[in-house]
Amino acid sequence: MTRGARVCTWILAAGLMVCGQRLDAQHETAADIEDGSRAFRDSCANCHGPDGNEITGIDLGRGQFRRPLSNDELIEIIRRGIPGTPMPPSNFSEEQAARIVAYLRSTAASNRSSSVAGNASRGKVLFDGAGTCTSCHRVNGQGSRVGPDLSNIGQLRRAVELETSLLEPDKEILPANRFYRVVTREGATTTGRLLNLDTFSVQLIDSKEQLRSFVKSDLREYGFVEKTSMPSYQNKFNLQELADVVSYLVSLKGRNIP
Amino acid sequence: MNPRLCAALGGLCVVATTALQAQVSFARLLNAAQEPQNWLTYSGTVFNERYSRLTQITPANVKELEIQWIWQARSLEKFEATSLVVDGVLYTVQAPNDLVALDAVTGRPYWTFAYQPSPDARTCCGRVNRGVAILGDTLFMGTIDAHLLAIDAKSGQLIWKTQVASAAARYSITHAPLVAKDKVIVGTAGGDMGIRGLVAAFDAKTGKEAWRFYTIPGPGEPGNETWSGDSWKTGGAGVWNSGAYDPETNLTFWGTGNPAPDWDGRERLGDNLYSDSVVALDAETGVLKWHYQFTPHDELDYDSTQVPVLANIDWRGQTRKVMLWANRNGLAYVLDRTTGEFLLGRPYVKVNWMDGFDQKGRPIRIPGMVPTPEGTLIMPTVLGATNWAPPSFSPRTGLFYVALWENTATVVTEGGRPRGVGNTPMGQAMLTPNFKKEEEGYGAVRAFDPRTLDKKWEFKMNDITWAGVLTTASDLLFSGGKEGYFFALDARTGDLLWKAALGGQVNSGPMSYAINGRQYIAVAAGNALFAFALRQ
Repeated sequence: MTRGARVCTWILAAGLMVCGQRLDAQHETAADIEDGSRAFRDSCANCHGPDGNEITGIDLGRGQFRRPLSNDELIEIIRRGIPGTPMPPSNFSEEQAARIVAYLRSTAASNRSSSVAGNASRGKVLFDGAGTCTSCHRVNGQGSRVGPDLSNIGQLRRAVELETSLLEPDKEILPANRFYRVVTREGATTTGRLLNLDTFSVQLIDSKEQLRSFVKSDLREYGFVEKTSMPSYQNKFNLQELADVVSYLVSLKGRNIP
Repeated sequence: MNPRLCAALGGLCVVATTALQAQVSFARLLNAAQEPQNWLTYSGTVFNERYSRLTQITPANVKELEIQWIWQARSLEKFEATSLVVDGVLYTVQAPNDLVALDAVTGRPYWTFAYQPSPDARTCCGRVNRGVAILGDTLFMGTIDAHLLAIDAKSGQLIWKTQVASAAARYSITHAPLVAKDKVIVGTAGGDMGIRGLVAAFDAKTGKEAWRFYTIPGPGEPGNETWSGDSWKTGGAGVWNSGAYDPETNLTFWGTGNPAPDWDGRERLGDNLYSDSVVALDAETGVLKWHYQFTPHDELDYDSTQVPVLANIDWRGQTRKVMLWANRNGLAYVLDRTTGEFLLGRPYVKVNWMDGFDQKGRPIRIPGMVPTPEGTLIMPTVLGATNWAPPSFSPRTGLFYVALWENTATVVTEGGRPRGVGNTPMGQAMLTPNFKKEEEGYGAVRAFDPRTLDKKWEFKMNDITWAGVLTTASDLLFSGGKEGYFFALDARTGDLLWKAALGGQVNSGPMSYAINGRQYIAVAAGNALFAFALRQ
């Protein structure tokens, strides 16, 4: 077994502890995952995209589905499709479908890096306190809605990406986190996080957490805010504090609301 | 009837008001332009102009358009079908393959022919259907399990069913068939899954196969040498959009899809004929008369499955019978449709993989602009500068209208799957939020002068578009996009005249018809079909 294969197997095992029973029993190997990867590229990626995130509300590469799904349920969906939706049935055997699931779970696991040597509890204190992060961000119902909600940021972003966002917030701003500025013909300026943009209108949430919609023909100016309002924590947190906050963010996996 | 309406409809009121449900002879199909109250083929005529001669709706009154009815499909798939209207009856397809007859005035259903495709059916990009054909009293529909069905237009009963190819072998049919004389012609999709593409003709009465043309030549046939080894056997070159027909030459024209595997040409060295081509076939025999390959040895997934648009235009002082083609590869073409001669080609969006053409019209590639181990940024995206959405040609304005994507790109990596850059997702039925900047890709409708391929005007959208284009004899243009707007433009200037928010992505080509002296515009968006007419 190559070192890469051992790593993959370990990652897979870690993923399985979280998410399933059938694959545990089958002991999928790195080769199985590679088979699953190939099958995904050939049969699934045309609709779901190479990263599995091109269908709204679904991010296969990060383990996000429209509702939580067990491995058995995923295998069933891959094989049977979802009647009444564009998800078609397939000819995959149960074993083949299981390999695709293994691949997806392993990808999701690799996106949840655990390499940060921080303390999540201390990170939460910093997040809520000295960092003043909740003045813009919201976690599990607490904090401002002006910036992106971070309740499940640990599922969406890797630790290294979160660290980069804290140190160099302008380096990469996801399209869904962009800010937009409009000026009405009367001269009133509104800036907020962009919720949708089309040829004729703009929807955003403003600094007072109000949902606002503007018709472009009523505006004197409109456009993206190129520089984020998020401050850099380069000189605000020391290395340990930074690691703590990242650790806290990585721990945020969303809430199950019954 | 209001005499002014009668005049606006070009004196067609008698036919329109009586709405005799006469059989649709092939002569009627050939002369579809003479009965603009009907919409008899996928793009209106066998020339695929997608141009309505109806003039009741004008730039002056288009703001008075209002919804007359909405028909909701029982399907969550993309609604890509263009309806037919024959003497007051509208025929459309509920994805994947339920054929529905509606009263075109009220949207009330007459009947539904429900079809359950084989569990073997597989499609690359949605279980969709783009429309049907009609001849006599019979409708023809291709299915995603690669069958061709004949269905009684009055009763919705199946008349015959013929297997065109094997669904288990990944063949499917997603486009509207084409009728040429007594034959129904279809092609097979599945080019991403290793099929060997084909176009086949079937007797309209019996369903018996008349001829079959493989888009990849077999051993001993000219062109087979353009495939290394056995790669021809699974080389793709699917056909998944409607063809055109020229009665003067009895030629039928079909665009072909990408060679397979899509993004890796190392196992299929050569030009890979007749992938990414237009083939001109004798409609009687299926014999190839000429071909033109848009993208030789394609590794960028540039299917040439756009709808061929036939037009007679002034070409350097003389009328010339041409074919207009805005290709997925970012280039627009004017070909002589009788001989296949390359007359003109130009990029119509940003293109970085080629620079000019040689004397025979072969694109001159820019070295290195292919999949590489480190990845190469290619424009336009592998999903194309346009895709399957049908364009329009207006004989009145003399302009060629294309719904397209600008500023799109893909990173292609040798042996890997292309990675989209910016705004390049597949179409969906439902609205999706858009946060993209213009430099990350946008949609537009552009008008081109086919004599020069100069851009005359542009209407820009924030998001991309999978909608087709309709023009009318009152110089209106109708189209839409992924944002869910359906809109009317001035076909001469591109000025926005009217719009409606339909609440779902517009993934179809608009069409027009008239009943009892009233002109309608119909388009599918989301999971529903919408019919508009002027306020009364």
